[in-house]
Order: sequence, then C-alpha cells, then structure tokens
Amino acid sequence: MSTPLAPTKNDLYAYTLRQADNSMVLCQRLCQWAARGPELEEDIGLTNIGLDLIGQARSLYQYSASLFDRPVDENDLAFLRDPHEWSNLLLVEQPNGDFADTIARQYCYDAWHLPFLEQLTASNDTTLAAIAAKSVKEARYHVRHSSMWVKRLGDGTEVSHRRMQDAITAVWPFIAEMFIADELDQRMLEIDVGVDLRALQSAWESQVSALLANATLSKPIDVKAIVGGRQGQHTEHLDDLLLEMQALPRSMPNHQW
Amino acid sequence: MTVTENSPTLSENEVKFEELLAMGAKIEPRDWMPDDYRKTLIRQIGQHAHSEIIGMQPEGNWITRAPSLKRKAILMSKVQDEAGHGLYLYSAAETLGADRTDMLEKLNNGKMKYSSIFNYPTPCWADMGAIGWLVDGAAICNQVPLCRTSYGPYARAMVRICKEESFHQRQGYEIMLTLSNGSAKQKQMAQDALNRWWWPAIMMFGPRDDQSPNSELSLKWKIKLFSNDELRQKFVDIAVPQANILGLTIPDKDLSWNEKTGHYTYGEPDWEEFFEVIRGNGPCNKERVSNRREAHENGQWVRDAAIAYAKKHAEAALSKAA
Repeated sequence: MSTPLAPTKNDLYAYTLRQADNSMVLCQRLCQWAARGPELEEDIGLTNIGLDLIGQARSLYQYSASLFDRPVDENDLAFLRDPHEWSNLLLVEQPNGDFADTIARQYCYDAWHLPFLEQLTASNDTTLAAIAAKSVKEARYHVRHSSMWVKRLGDGTEVSHRRMQDAITAVWPFIAEMFIADELDQRMLEIDVGVDLRALQSAWESQVSALLANATLSKPIDVKAIVGGRQGQHTEHLDDLLLEMQALPRSMPNHQW
Repeated sequence: MTVTENSPTLSENEVKFEELLAMGAKIEPRDWMPDDYRKTLIRQIGQHAHSEIIGMQPEGNWITRAPSLKRKAILMSKVQDEAGHGLYLYSAAETLGADRTDMLEKLNNGKMKYSSIFNYPTPCWADMGAIGWLVDGAAICNQVPLCRTSYGPYARAMVRICKEESFHQRQGYEIMLTLSNGSAKQKQMAQDALNRWWWPAIMMFGPRDDQSPNSELSLKWKIKLFSNDELRQKFVDIAVPQANILGLTIPDKDLSWNEKTGHYTYGEPDWEEFFEVIRGNGPCNKERVSNRREAHENGQWVRDAAIAYAKKHAEAALSKAA
C-alpha cells in the first residue's frame, strides 16, 4: 500500500475556504432573521442553526488561515475579502425572501450538506475529517428541522402550499451547482481528501423527490442551472450581504474588537 | 390585605396565603391567591417577557454587523437567550391563567408595556457593550432578588434567567474593556455609548420610591423584595468602580463617594424623559412595536400552516387507528 498523496497547501487552503464560505454566508442569512421569525420557537431554532454554522465556519477559517502563506486569522478571511474572492455556492447567498424561501434554501442545502459531511469524515486530511465529524451531528438536526417545515408548509394551507411551491421553484436553478466538481474538487477527490460531489447527486434527488411528494409539492423540471459561486462569480446578492457584514472592520482596519 | 366590607375577618384562604408568605414558602399555581396578587404577577411577568422579546431588536440590529466572528457568535447566542427567557416567562404567566397569544396581542396593540430601556437606539457597535454592561447589569440587580420572589414558577424561571444574564453582563463589559483599551476612536465610541445608556439604565429601576404606585403591595406580597431606590443604589455602587477600571467618565456631575453612608451619591435623572418614553414618545417606541407587529403578521400564514398540517395529520392518524 502506498502512502496517500498529500494535497498542496494552496489546494487545501482553497478547498477548506469553500466549505467555510458556505457555512458563513448561510449563517449571515439566518442572522438576518433575528427577532423576525414567525414564532418565538422559530427565532430560537433558526438561531441554533446559525450558531452551528458560525461554529463550523470558524473551525474551517482557522484551519484555512493556518494554511495561508501570510499570517492571517479567521476574521481577516471573513471580513476582508471582496465578493469575487468568496467561493460559496450561489444557493446559500440567495436572499431570505419569505419563510418559505428561507426553508427551501435551507432544506436543499441541508439535504446536500449532511451527506457531504458524512463523506468528509473519511477524508485523508485529519483536520477536515475531525471538523466534519463534529458538524455532521449538527447537520442531522438541520435537515430534520428544514424537512419538517417543507412538509408543514407544502401540506398546510392553500397559501402556504403556493408559497412553498414558488420557493422551491425559485431555488431550483442553484441546485445543479452543488454536484458539479471543478478541477480542485477533482484533485482533492483523487487523493481521498475531498468529497465526490457527483456521487451525492442521485441520493439527494431521490430523497428530495420523496419529501416533495410527501409535502404535495412538485419538482421543477427543465430548469436552466446557474453556476459560478466556487469560481467567485456570484449573484448580486453576495455583494449586499458582505457590505453589511464587513462594514465595521473595513471602516476601521487593524483594530481589535 | 384583601378585606371586603362584608367580612372584616380574613377568610380561611387568605389566612393560609398570608401564612405561606410569612413562612417564606412559595405560592404555587394551585394555591389560592388574591385576585390582585394574580393580576399584579401577570402584569409584571408579562411585561418582563415582552421586554425580553422587544429587547431582541436593539441587539439583533448588530448581529449581522458584529465586527468579529467571536462577537457575532456571542451576540447570536445572547439574542437567542432572550427569546428563551421570553418563552419561560410566558410559560410562568400561563400558570396564572394568562395566555401567550393573548399577551402578545396586547403587546402588539400597545395594551401591555415592556421595559422603556429598549426604546433607545443602538447606532454604534459600542452600544452592544453598554447594553450588556449597564442594561443587563441593572436587570441583574432587579432580577437576582426575584429568584426568591413569592410565586414559585416565576422564582424558578428567574434562577435560570439570572445565570444567563450574568454571562450577558460579562460579555458586554468585555466589549467595553476591549474598546477602552483600543484606539482613541474606539475609546470615544465606548464613552459615547456610556453617555447614551447611563441615565436610561438608572431609570430602569422605575420611579423614586415616593412616586411608585405599585411598589407597596408588591413588597407586602413579597413579589418585590427591595424598593426601586434600594436596587438603584446597589447598581450605582457596582457600576462606578467598573467605569473607573474602563477609564470612562459617568455622565453625572453630582456623582460622588459618600464616606458617611458608604454609598455613592448620584444625581437626579430626567424623570420627564422617563415618563415621556413610557407614554410612547421615546426615540424608538413606534419602530419597536411596529417591527414586532410586522414579524407577527408576516408569520401568520406560517402558524396557520403548522396548525392545518398538525390537524390534518392528527385526523389521518385517528382514522387509521379506527
């Protein structure tokens, strides 16, 4: 048996950053719900998920920072990068919309994130594997929470059904991107560090199809995919999100908070 | 004391109630209690719950803009705690026969009040520090004695709330400490926030004892254990040395150490402002209530859906069982 090949430092940095950016951007979206939830219990629930995501983002940013060729820390990575330097999926940067839009985005992501993390726990990179092992427990709760709401809203009232259906339709163009592997994903997969994104697709589709059917919702067909997040080509929404999130540290650089 | 014109002596229930209070025992939901005791508690616990819910807004305002990941995580957690406190308190009020939906309705239409402190704005990050340090600090002075209040469910809810408030206070003070030890601009931010929050925090203890209409009965019923002025003094005595450590100046020219009493003497707050804010004319009253109402109205279809779904599936389960 040969020793597994190690990734280059740059590759590992970029790969870790992608995962951190997903958690960070989605967390920021959930933060925008603070004190606006449809029910107190949901204010607590969405914040719980947000807290898990910021915890994941911090572990991943700290690891990324340790791999960077200049001394940086987690805050530099979160607060001082421009939108084109972010490599999150387009799905997670989509605006909150109404509660159905938030749930559609969340469920589609959670149903991908959980098996993604499950695979990552077997990574040859022990740090990524350890972060994944911790996050996988959290993601299990996330998918339970969001799938419950897809069912409640899809199979609730006429109004909620319509809103949930519209929300599913609206996020659908951003789904395909989750399963597209670029060269970096390919290289990381070949040395057993990264996740096989293509392999996640069929399980995701059958799980989501079953849930949508259960929730009396139909699966959108013939949807043109919108991609580019991993390469830094974002929708205009990321710009607004970062503008708000980064405003203070950018207006007063080199300060401790 | 509840003595009606027709019965100059205490009823058996009243005697038992008075005995429980005298022993320092807790009144529990199934115990008999005077109507006014119940009403006073529902008013106080309800206002307290509403204060937690409205209190999520001034800080929620900065969650998306917290300047570091650590601060963001702490602030998220703190605002989440406040939602949790709201929940325990509504539950405590429900043990007295109140209803959460009905109380929230009264908050939304202005029939129930919440702490006036949350009607002040948070224009700057340092306000997160000042709120934790001073507002939560004042809340702790008010609330620690409530862990021993006479109504059992309220006292027990307060034990947990106080533990969390103490974390909130410390994180706020730590923000102030970091800013005070930072750049000149950061120190100025901290001073401005102290200037903004000092007097509103002083007024959180309510009117002076000689002007406080509800206090006397609450003290007698051991709902309240200390008077407004006693608690205010305690707060000032704790906060002044803390401000000194920060190197910040408390905006009260009458503040001085009184050797004789062993307490700080402090100036008179602007009570006119206090009553104006209570009357609804503070800087953010309208915004806070309208945000609350908006969240409630925007969530109506979601709550309806959850109820409809639960009903459908309960019926389906029933017909399956039959």
